[in-house]
Amino acid sequence: MDIKDIIKPENLVYDKTKVLTDNVMHYCPGCSHGVIHKILAEVIDEMGIQEETIGVSPVGCSVLAYNYLDIDWLEAAHGRAPALATGVVRLNPEKYVFTYQGDGDLASIGTAEIMHACNRGENIVVIFVNNAIYGMTGGQMAPTTLVGQVTATTPYGRELDLHGYPLKITELVAQLPGTSFVTRQSVQTPAAVRKTKKAIKKAFANVGQKKGTQFVEVVSTCSSGWKISPVASNKWMETNMFPFYPLGDIKDSEKETADKFKVQ
Amino acid sequence: MGELRLMKGNEVIAEAAIRCGCDGYFGYPITPQSEVMETLMIRRPWDETGMVVLQAESEVASINMLYGGASTGKKVMTSSSSPGISLMAEGLSYLAGAELPCLVVNVQRAGPGLGTIQPSQADYFQAVKGCGHGDYKLIVLAPASVQEMNDFVDLGFELAFKYKNPAMILTDGVIGQMMEKVELADFKPRWTKEEIQANCGDWACTGKKDRKRHVSTSLELDSELMEQNNLRFQAKYKEIEENEVRYEMIDCEDADYIIVAFGSAARICQKSMQIAREQGIKVGMLRPITLFPFPTKTIEELAGKVKGFISVEMSAGQMVEDVKLAVNGKVPVEYFGRYGGVVPTPGEIVDAMKQKLIGG
Ligand SMILES: Cc1ncc(C[n+]2csc(CCOP(=O)(O)OP(=O)(O)O)c2C)c(N)n1
Repeated sequence: MDIKDIIKPENLVYDKTKVLTDNVMHYCPGCSHGVIHKILAEVIDEMGIQEETIGVSPVGCSVLAYNYLDIDWLEAAHGRAPALATGVVRLNPEKYVFTYQGDGDLASIGTAEIMHACNRGENIVVIFVNNAIYGMTGGQMAPTTLVGQVTATTPYGRELDLHGYPLKITELVAQLPGTSFVTRQSVQTPAAVRKTKKAIKKAFANVGQKKGTQFVEVVSTCSSGWKISPVASNKWMETNMFPFYPLGDIKDSEKETADKFKVQ
Repeated sequence: MGELRLMKGNEVIAEAAIRCGCDGYFGYPITPQSEVMETLMIRRPWDETGMVVLQAESEVASINMLYGGASTGKKVMTSSSSPGISLMAEGLSYLAGAELPCLVVNVQRAGPGLGTIQPSQADYFQAVKGCGHGDYKLIVLAPASVQEMNDFVDLGFELAFKYKNPAMILTDGVIGQMMEKVELADFKPRWTKEEIQANCGDWACTGKKDRKRHVSTSLELDSELMEQNNLRFQAKYKEIEENEVRYEMIDCEDADYIIVAFGSAARICQKSMQIAREQGIKVGMLRPITLFPFPTKTIEELAGKVKGFISVEMSAGQMVEDVKLAVNGKVPVEYFGRYGGVVPTPGEIVDAMKQKLIGG
């Protein structure tokens, strides 16, 4: 049988989402970014919000995310994506606005911007890709790098006295009254991918209902930065990252109302 | 005749923003310009025109909120004073690199560092030479009155959108804080969706619909293409230099000597001119209104007719370098200034002129 006889609409069991472009991704083998991009594209497609969605890409390995999702995009300076998203959403409140940020971008240089965007309860989705390392610049320590983890700038492993503690920024933003849905997921297995997709879809739906800041952390791998194979990376993530960054919903509530905070 | 009012320079910036159809203001308090956001918050323009006003967590955030708003084709602005503008340098570079329009007001105070809250013009280099990293320019307007504070808000937006480039109003604590009579502009409605489509439809990120996706970015990893981007920017700056030079010439026809001064220094120099003329010294003044583009050609022409120039600035001598480049050695170019927050008196300017330029 010729392949042309097989490729027919009635035989179709899987189709690439139209929100994903045909551009070849620049990500390394085993990198989580590509999977997360695909999930995002599927969610935007399934919700039918391609025309209403505006993405903000960070500085980091996903700086070129705008080449892969066929929506309008802004490319931010390092760490500033939440400020850009604030500008977009305040002036275009009907849009679905999201930022896509790495751990260096969000939890180090952009800590002020993410904290205040979450605290104002900006009606945006934040996709936070935590691979515990600076992928793009060649594998230096990130704020989320684990104690003892070897990176280019912690060649003997992260030391507490020298570098301080790994930052659980997701738990921090969950404390802020402006966030409504805060969750931590991963994408190393089909089941995990499905869970993450569900979480991201919920986050976008919440933004549609003006529920405030939606924060989805995806604990991720960086084989090139960690200098181990993709398969070993998944194992390393499960063994070392999951205990410190436990998966699951951290907060699922309504953005808090103003009355509680008013002066008398 | 528009509505007449007695107003502070900073208050006028706020009023003019509302009246010219500004969509969003994002700012962070700093003396001597906090009245801009305070006035906006009292006026509550969101009830009136739908304009958004937001106090950001820092100037770093404000300028990036501008990047966000500008990317969607909205008229966005911020105001700050010198230390805050330094924090915006990164954002301004990105805005220029992504070719986005916005308006930034710098009500200068004296530096370096925290310096003092008194007026200064020492951010001239920062404003006209780009401010952040990379080869880029801001369009820089220098008001010398509260009336011009009003007029340049609309003009700043007009130029910013015409050239898809950040524009800056470079003023100082004197003009920000002083009260003068001002004729306010009539209200212009904010752009509708259709108008944004008509004016910015080929680049604004308004949601991908029946067209290629739009990306607001300053990134281009391919150096050949990045050079092309830079060539495009440089061609644009050249076009701005050819079409947008604005200046005022006072009593230059019979002048032997020319004072070059902008903003509040130019106000003081008008008195110096009067004193000098009473003493029989024929002095004229060239007041650049646009600092970029600089009135280089006009100065070059004047250099063929006069005996010398003096650049009077509230800085340690910054604009004088551009005057010297324009004069190109034809006649002497001197500098006089007070700085660190000190404002020169008309008399000391005359003395400096006599001493440095005329001799004796
Ligand atoms: C102001 C500034 N400082 C530093 C850099 C260099 N830089 C580029 S990406 C990056 C780290 C990105 O790491 P992360 O956010 O964890 O994303 P990843 O690459 O791992 O996906 C750094 C430090 C920059 N581009 N801008």
